[in-house]
Amino acid sequence: MLVNQFLFLAALLFCIGVYGVIARKNAVLVLMSIELILNAVNLNFVAFALRSGNADGHTFALYIIAIAAAEVGVGLALVLLIFRNRKTISLDDLSEMKG
Amino acid sequence: MVAQNIGFAIIAAIMIVGALRVVTTSNVVHAALWLVVVLAGAAAQYILLAAEFLAITQVLVYIGAVMVLFLFGTMLTRSRIGRDSGLNNSYAKLGIPVAVVLFAAMALALSKSFGTEELPTNGSLVSTQQISDQIFGPYLLPFWALSFVLLAAVIGAIVLARKD
Amino acid sequence: MIAAAEALQTLSSGWFLEHAWLIPIIPAIGFAIIILFGKKLPMKGSEIGLLSMIASLVLAGGTAMQWIDRVGSGAEGQFIAPVVRTWNWWQIGGMNFTIGQSIDGLAVIILVVVAFISTLVQLYSTEYLNGDRRYTHFFAALTLFSAGMLAMVIAEDTILLLLGWEIMGLCSFMLIGHWWEDGANSRAALKAFFTVRTGDMGLLIGVAMLYFASNDWTTEHLGVSGFSIRGISAWALSGEPNSTVILVAAVALFIAAIGKSGQFPLHTWLPDAMAGPTPVSSLLHSSTMVVAGVFLVSRLYPVFFTGFDILGTGGNLIMVIGAITIVIAAALAFVQNDIKKVLAYSTVSQLGYMMLGLGAGAWLPAVFHIFTHAFFKACLFLGAGSISHSASHHSFDMKKDMGGLRKVMPITFTTWIISTLALCGVFPFSGFFSKDEIIDNVGNNGYQMFMIIGLLGAFMTAAYMTRATYLTFFGEARGASAGEHHDEHATAHAAHDSHDSHDAHDAHVADHGDHGPHESGWRITLPLVLLAVLALSSGLLNATPFGEKWERIKTWVEPRAEVVMETAPGGPGHSKLLSVPSAAEEGHHDSPCGSETPEEGVCYAPQLVHAKFKWSKAMLSLGIVFLGIALSWIVSTMLYTRKDKRLVGLTERNGVLRSGYNLLVNKYYLDALYEKVIVKAIAGPIAAAAYWFNQNVLDGILHAIAAVSRVFSGWVYRNIDQRVVDGTVNNSGKATKGAGGVLAPVQSGKVSQYGALLFSAAAVAALVLVIINS
Repeated sequence: MLVNQFLFLAALLFCIGVYGVIARKNAVLVLMSIELILNAVNLNFVAFALRSGNADGHTFALYIIAIAAAEVGVGLALVLLIFRNRKTISLDDLSEMKG
Repeated sequence: MVAQNIGFAIIAAIMIVGALRVVTTSNVVHAALWLVVVLAGAAAQYILLAAEFLAITQVLVYIGAVMVLFLFGTMLTRSRIGRDSGLNNSYAKLGIPVAVVLFAAMALALSKSFGTEELPTNGSLVSTQQISDQIFGPYLLPFWALSFVLLAAVIGAIVLARKD
Repeated sequence: MIAAAEALQTLSSGWFLEHAWLIPIIPAIGFAIIILFGKKLPMKGSEIGLLSMIASLVLAGGTAMQWIDRVGSGAEGQFIAPVVRTWNWWQIGGMNFTIGQSIDGLAVIILVVVAFISTLVQLYSTEYLNGDRRYTHFFAALTLFSAGMLAMVIAEDTILLLLGWEIMGLCSFMLIGHWWEDGANSRAALKAFFTVRTGDMGLLIGVAMLYFASNDWTTEHLGVSGFSIRGISAWALSGEPNSTVILVAAVALFIAAIGKSGQFPLHTWLPDAMAGPTPVSSLLHSSTMVVAGVFLVSRLYPVFFTGFDILGTGGNLIMVIGAITIVIAAALAFVQNDIKKVLAYSTVSQLGYMMLGLGAGAWLPAVFHIFTHAFFKACLFLGAGSISHSASHHSFDMKKDMGGLRKVMPITFTTWIISTLALCGVFPFSGFFSKDEIIDNVGNNGYQMFMIIGLLGAFMTAAYMTRATYLTFFGEARGASAGEHHDEHATAHAAHDSHDSHDAHDAHVADHGDHGPHESGWRITLPLVLLAVLALSSGLLNATPFGEKWERIKTWVEPRAEVVMETAPGGPGHSKLLSVPSAAEEGHHDSPCGSETPEEGVCYAPQLVHAKFKWSKAMLSLGIVFLGIALSWIVSTMLYTRKDKRLVGLTERNGVLRSGYNLLVNKYYLDALYEKVIVKAIAGPIAAAAYWFNQNVLDGILHAIAAVSRVFSGWVYRNIDQRVVDGTVNNSGKATKGAGGVLAPVQSGKVSQYGALLFSAAAVAALVLVIINS
């Protein structure tokens, strides 16, 4: 197995995730795209862990999984709050930050 | 070419298709289910990379917990269960060149740095014990930080989502 | 003891043997095609299933021919090495897992049986399920099942075996629940799945235990991993294993076999599995899938041989379970009104014979019984399906909707009678040669009591099959088979317990609703006739009564228990023989395999004893069989046709008989035990404990955390946010305002646009960096 086959897969997943973040309007779908990105990163960590033969990569991948879980929890709570206040989760309608 | 590579190719193809569907489908629930496919594929890739503990964690945390959260999120925000044409931005096409350029940059860098380097097949396996030694040894501080982040997330999620 | 080298022959091989791995691959591809494109094909995918099975059958046939050549090319008493081909499947951390084929006599015989019956059942199903709403899915699952079973049979290692085993379990679940709209069917599917899963845990544990116990030894001596079946076999006979370890591993594996092969006490799923379509019952739940447990025991026989001390004094677990199964299942078959359930209990009982044989050291008769049983039991099931399809309006109730069918369905009747006689073990039908061999060998190996149980089972088999035959084909026609219109029976059918209600799903009813009973079409009768011919003749392949020349299966299939010297680790293909024994004589064995530790070299199979055939013993069992048939015929005539006053209602009048009858009707209360007692005892407290934990512990913690955080955030707001942060923000805000004015157009306020900008900037920057560095 090549190192690169995993890294390319991760890169592709990352880019698909980026596309999703940009293109999606629904907040839940944006969060899903972020999950794709995080998974791509994890894949890299694990591939490098095998290449270097130590457990550092695994440890960090585990931390990322934990962070991702926290991120989804808070993110969805935010989405829920937004929905409750504005009856929509379309990110296009949230333009208070317009300068 | 060992069968592992064939396995990799099949799983990778499934993951890519799944990921593309996540970002293109017009049904939120379908997107969540396609995400399950990608996450399960990632777990399978971890197995190929001899990271069985991570693979199991991936299944437990992502497919078990995170996906349920997503489905609850979908349900509670009363997203349309079914086709919904209003999921994309008006400028969704902008994402394509960005993603392509990003991929091109990464592909260039990767092929230059790693070329056709093989993963070692006779190295020692990383055992779960080693991972725990790492977590509770050199990486204890990040572990504490992470614990606080999780605690904060728990509190934050409750505070945010509470009705009053 | 070292023999002259010229006594050894190079074994022949051939394309089919080398490429036997194609046999499961073809149906697997067929399955994928059916699932993906099946509905668009002209015959809705059934042609792909049928074609892939025919291709597998041709390959299996070729493999069998070349295996026979290979056996012929070996010297007398030479160990016929299996044709092994392995591929690297997995290499990680210095470990190397392989996947591959190992073709030997056992694999070949089961391959041929599975491929052959699968082909016939697929042909049969094209008519039987014609117009079914999930026609395509049915063929997909059927084809996948064949792929799984064939993969399990050729497996070189326990991992592939486990894989095939689980695929079969999945397909069994899908096919039993094929008509899942009916609650009873999906319940039966779930029951089968869970019951078998209970046993499957044993397989997983057994495989893992064997790997960890044997890996070092096999790597050192044979150069294969502890997953390799031949490695495990050699290890088990090497005198190396710890007797406790191998006993526990054998028990774990045997639990898996109990679950899959419907042995006592996990047999309860098999009769319920009859809720599936009849072709499924015929293929999976009688002839092929359920013998997987028997196959597992015969495949890893050295493990069981050493673990359970087979051929030792006293009985062992396999024999006890097998014997119990024979008797209790046969007894249950008497009280069934459903023709398929009679056959199901008969299958359970016959599987008990196979287990009994394996447990008593009668390896070859047991394997031969798999072979013959597959033909006649598949034929019986297909016959039952033919009756329900063409005569009884999809009812399987013998008492209500059958009777007197021998005149209207001559082909079905003839094939049924042949198969019934084969099942009862009447000379010269095939069952005689296999079942009698088992009983005979059990006695010959010193287990007299088990031999008597075997004979009792033979008596009961003959009796309940006669009852079923009488009710179905003789007497006066009743219900649907008498031509009564289906609607009159609608209420009666709804009351039946299982599958007869599926007729609602079958568009076919409309076509035949107005005819009376008739013979089925050629796609149903052709498989019946072919199977009946084999039920009649397949026993002659190992006809012990006619002398050693007729014992072909013994020559072809039984592994020769010889000490083999491995010259090069990695394959018995390169092995040479250490000892050439003098011509095998009855009762004279000089192979040390199984009885003592070979000094050098390894054994792959234990030395077993074969009973010498005696007509006197055969006459005894034939007499018992005929007694069973005659008694049962007389009772059936009196009870069902003449309605004799002394017999009708006897089970209600006599207390002892009534309690026995109730015990049987309630299936020994095993179902009630499993569902009411065990499941409730386990599930109830767990649910209660989880609820208590949720209510008292988790909620309390959550409330406490929320309260604390509220106090904390209030303090932060008053002291830090208002005083420190606000002051800073107000001042820096003024400074930023000027700069902000310039960039205002970019600030659309839309998060996604910010994201797009962020990522495109990152992309451009990354590209620049890459280009600069190159």
